Amino acid sequence: MKKPTVLQAVFYAALLAALLAFPLVVKGTFPTHVMIMVFLFAMMGVAWNILGGYAAMFSFGQAAFFGIGAYTSTILLMNYNVNPWIGLVAGGVLAALMGAAIGIPCSNLRGHYFAIASIAFAEIVRIHFNNWKFVAAAEGLSLPLLPDSLKNFMFHSSKAPYYYIILVFLLLSVLICWYISTNRMGFYLRAIKESHELAKGMGISFVRYRLYAIMISAFLTAMAGTFYAQYILYIDPESVLILPISVQVVLVAMLGGAGTIIGPVIGAAILLPLSEITRVWLGYKGTGVDMMIYGALIMVISAYQPQGVWGYLTSIRRRAK
Amino acid sequence: MTAGPCLEVEGITKRFGGLTANEDVSFTVNQGEILSIIGPNGAGKSTLFNCITGFYRPDAGKVLFRGKDITTASAHKICKLGIARTFQIVQVISDMTVLENVMTGTFLRTYDRKKVREKAGEILRFAGLYEKRDFLGTNITIADKKRLEVAMALGTEPTLLMLDEAMAGLTPVELREMIGLLRKVRENGVTLVIVEHVMEAVMELSDRVVVINSGRKIVEGAPKDIVRNPEVIQAYLGDRYNA
Repeated sequence: MKKPTVLQAVFYAALLAALLAFPLVVKGTFPTHVMIMVFLFAMMGVAWNILGGYAAMFSFGQAAFFGIGAYTSTILLMNYNVNPWIGLVAGGVLAALMGAAIGIPCSNLRGHYFAIASIAFAEIVRIHFNNWKFVAAAEGLSLPLLPDSLKNFMFHSSKAPYYYIILVFLLLSVLICWYISTNRMGFYLRAIKESHELAKGMGISFVRYRLYAIMISAFLTAMAGTFYAQYILYIDPESVLILPISVQVVLVAMLGGAGTIIGPVIGAAILLPLSEITRVWLGYKGTGVDMMIYGALIMVISAYQPQGVWGYLTSIRRRAK
Repeated sequence: MTAGPCLEVEGITKRFGGLTANEDVSFTVNQGEILSIIGPNGAGKSTLFNCITGFYRPDAGKVLFRGKDITTASAHKICKLGIARTFQIVQVISDMTVLENVMTGTFLRTYDRKKVREKAGEILRFAGLYEKRDFLGTNITIADKKRLEVAMALGTEPTLLMLDEAMAGLTPVELREMIGLLRKVRENGVTLVIVEHVMEAVMELSDRVVVINSGRKIVEGAPKDIVRNPEVIQAYLGDRYNA
């Protein structure tokens, strides 16, 4: 990891300042909402990237971890009056344990087979929750309204606090991903991605490192789930456990650039505004035009720039040298 | 350094269904020597190699590394114990730089990133690849990849280095360089087992040679004796030349 140049440092500082000032400067709730969704999916993209980008474990089941996070904190809050911040950690731990539980039997599955197993896992979780009385099955759960406070993780008068919380979550995820990628685990995951044989030959227990990757990814994704529940204040299996969430997460990471730290953030910054804005502008006509535009963009990027936007920028820089 | 042999292979048998790839193969590797395993194509050299390094589990027999039974140990544990290997089909991490490739190996014994980087740099100087440290693994020549593989293996600080055809396909100049590198590795106290087809290298490097044919060990001895051995000539050239 090279030290950032002065120019880069100034750029990042300016970007951070702009992000911090955003909800204060921009009026209206919609732009802030879009930014919150960008950060939420950027965070999940970063978490997915630890699995898919670094270790080539293409999980299409991230919705399961997202849902487990959302449901754990909500159930704890509703039934046992547990503070959502504690619920957040509990959801993360539970998701990590679930990740380990599916990670161990799947530890030898490669490429597509891991993807299939992850879809199966997430669908089982969704169907189970749809029929599970304890979590109100398909009816869903409305969170009890608590007074505005950071301690309650609930704000009714403004979206700005949610904006800052998810921004911190995102920065935390990026920091974790950066730490992993520059240390032993990142090197080991990339070796595993290259070849299991090579990894074994270099003394790397790929079962163990793949397990670590799943658990960290699951924990972060569950954190995003709890955030979503606290933000929307209503969850049901159709909003937090469905396959499109998993797919969206994969797209965000792939379009931005899998296997890079900042790629998923860029991917989210492009895709989420696009999907939110096309939905609001065009979606109400019921013609599906928004989905068509969205789909076309995905096709263009995957056909012409499979390494993602960040991969494209990096290759330009490399050529310029 | 502990006394006694570095590696003891006792009666290794490995079957794939009806095919017996190795049958009752035994040999010993002494501390600090270079032992070559040769034999015609399909003789079972690579299978033997994989049985020793934990990639295959033998059906019978034992492998002892510095007196410790490693027959059933998993591959990554064997590496941790001090046996590093390279692959017949060269394997490097293609989207990492040359330096990062070696760092992946050196991370085995150190967690500190700075130390890992320094040590990897030293190993690259040793292997004559330091100038290419910032190249991507995918962008270097086959000869460099083979040297990089050795460097990656050295990163794990092995006491025994096992090379599977590290010299196949090299030009004469590249071959000289590789032989020089392996000599230096041995001078640093690393024991070497090489599976090789390139006889020039085998003759020059080896202290002893083990010849395998049809899964069995047929002879073992000094390189100059091996090439005159009638059984070896028969194995390579067929009956007609067995005067």
